[in-house]
Amino acid sequence: MSKILVIAEHLDGKLNGATARAVSAAIAVKPESIDVIVLSDAPDAIAAEAAKIDGVSKVLTIARAENAHALAAVLAPQIAKAAASYSHVFAPSTTFGKDLAPRVAALLGVSQVSDVMAVEGAHSFKRPIYAGNAIVTVEVDAASPVVATIRTASWPAAASNGSAPVQALSIDVALPSHTRFVNLQQGKSDRPDLQGAPKVVSGGRGVGSKENFDIIYKFADKIGAAVGASRAAVDAGYCPNEMQVGQTGKIIAPELYIAVGISGAIQHLTGIKDAGTIVAINKDGEAPIFEIADIGLVGDLFKLIPELEQALG
Amino acid sequence: MKILVGYKRVVDYNVRIQVKPDGTGVVTDGVKLSANPFDDIALEEALRLREKGVAEEVIVVGIGPADLTAHLRNGLAMGANRAIHIQTAETVSPLTAARTFLKLIEKEQPGLVILGKQAIDDDANQTGQMLAALWDRPQATFASKVEVAGGKATVTREVDAGLETIEADLPAVITTDLRLNEPRFIKLPDIMKAKSKPIDVIELSGLGIDAADHIKTTHYAAPPKRSKGVMVKDAAELVAALKQKGLL
Repeated sequence: MSKILVIAEHLDGKLNGATARAVSAAIAVKPESIDVIVLSDAPDAIAAEAAKIDGVSKVLTIARAENAHALAAVLAPQIAKAAASYSHVFAPSTTFGKDLAPRVAALLGVSQVSDVMAVEGAHSFKRPIYAGNAIVTVEVDAASPVVATIRTASWPAAASNGSAPVQALSIDVALPSHTRFVNLQQGKSDRPDLQGAPKVVSGGRGVGSKENFDIIYKFADKIGAAVGASRAAVDAGYCPNEMQVGQTGKIIAPELYIAVGISGAIQHLTGIKDAGTIVAINKDGEAPIFEIADIGLVGDLFKLIPELEQALG
Repeated sequence: MKILVGYKRVVDYNVRIQVKPDGTGVVTDGVKLSANPFDDIALEEALRLREKGVAEEVIVVGIGPADLTAHLRNGLAMGANRAIHIQTAETVSPLTAARTFLKLIEKEQPGLVILGKQAIDDDANQTGQMLAALWDRPQATFASKVEVAGGKATVTREVDAGLETIEADLPAVITTDLRLNEPRFIKLPDIMKAKSKPIDVIELSGLGIDAADHIKTTHYAAPPKRSKGVMVKDAAELVAALKQKGLL
């Protein structure tokens, strides 16, 4: 039977919602047990949150001063050692998991299954390649440990009704000091988190400037949506990188996605394919975004957005 | 200081990928191939570090079949000093690629290895991190800014929460994100010059590494298609449609 270790992602003492999505993928393997591991300088509050996730057998904590920041070079040796008694190690396919999990995999001497979108069996998974333009089924040797990152947009967050026990682990492993955290510049926002929000409004090159992007923020606030952007809008400096949606940005699956002034490059469409309803607003009726939109509206966004706000009352 | 740069050849990013009807792969016959865009960014960054006097030599490394030479010549035309062609007819896994780089590191002793954060064919995003683990050296993934001075690299990384800056002692592995730089265009005289630059060819099988792949791809499928949507004529109709779906 499988025993799965899920690496918890957290920031500023709070558990990231992506962790509960990775637990959902772990549940799909139908394992004997699912343990969540929290590495932090102060893991208790994070572990308490993780303990509530349905399906979790127990939460393991490694409290060390070196774990204050998520440096892959520091975390990986501890996880690789803890992973010895597990058949699977899962991490969310966020920048945190993408940075860390391959380092763990290499220490365990295996390649990784990146971006798991479906579980076919304990050693069989589906994942996207070519920006999601092909889906492959991969089989991992039954004798090898499975290290995988979980494509969060493919999995709902497991519910939080559980109460798993929390256990402190002490792992005796020397940690490197060759990599050091300097700082993290975070965009301050009261808006919903882009990766977990049920509604998202995104702006593209058609918005035209950083100042014009206010129209997107205002409309998003009106309907309680998170705000995203196309690569073109981020490259042009209209908004910061953490708002980028697409192949190399965030892959999201909101119930409602409204693309405003986004033509729909294939790399952007990759990031929104799992959205419930896609709405496209663009002045070019031939834009590729309309090929995958559920509802399309052709016209000038600077005229249409205020009209939408008015229609909402 | 030497810089090793991973330079992978992939299906061009503008090509619309088609899955073969029998599910054994994607159609690559007659399809345009180009450098992985993230690897062009990696090479550009290495060249800029050489131009700043931080590095003396930039070496592009490719892993692939005999006809990879023309691709490596492009890397030389862009400005790399020399190329290493690890020859194999097989597709290699990220772990095998990492082990291959580790072998080259033992010989070349680079101060930096710069790789693309992912290749746009398999989208694995693993090789740089694996190499750093096997080498027991720092990794700075998803870099959008790199400064090298005093035996260390200060790297700004694009992460989900924003921009993270870390410090890494050299030697180290850096993987590139899209906004690190804009790669230069290759000029005609540089293509001529590249013809006389050396390309070392080494058989992968002669490196003495474990190239077994314990993950097998058994089936390829086209992604599920979204059904064709409807067009609405104005804002009021859009709001009505979304209200009907219970989304507003």
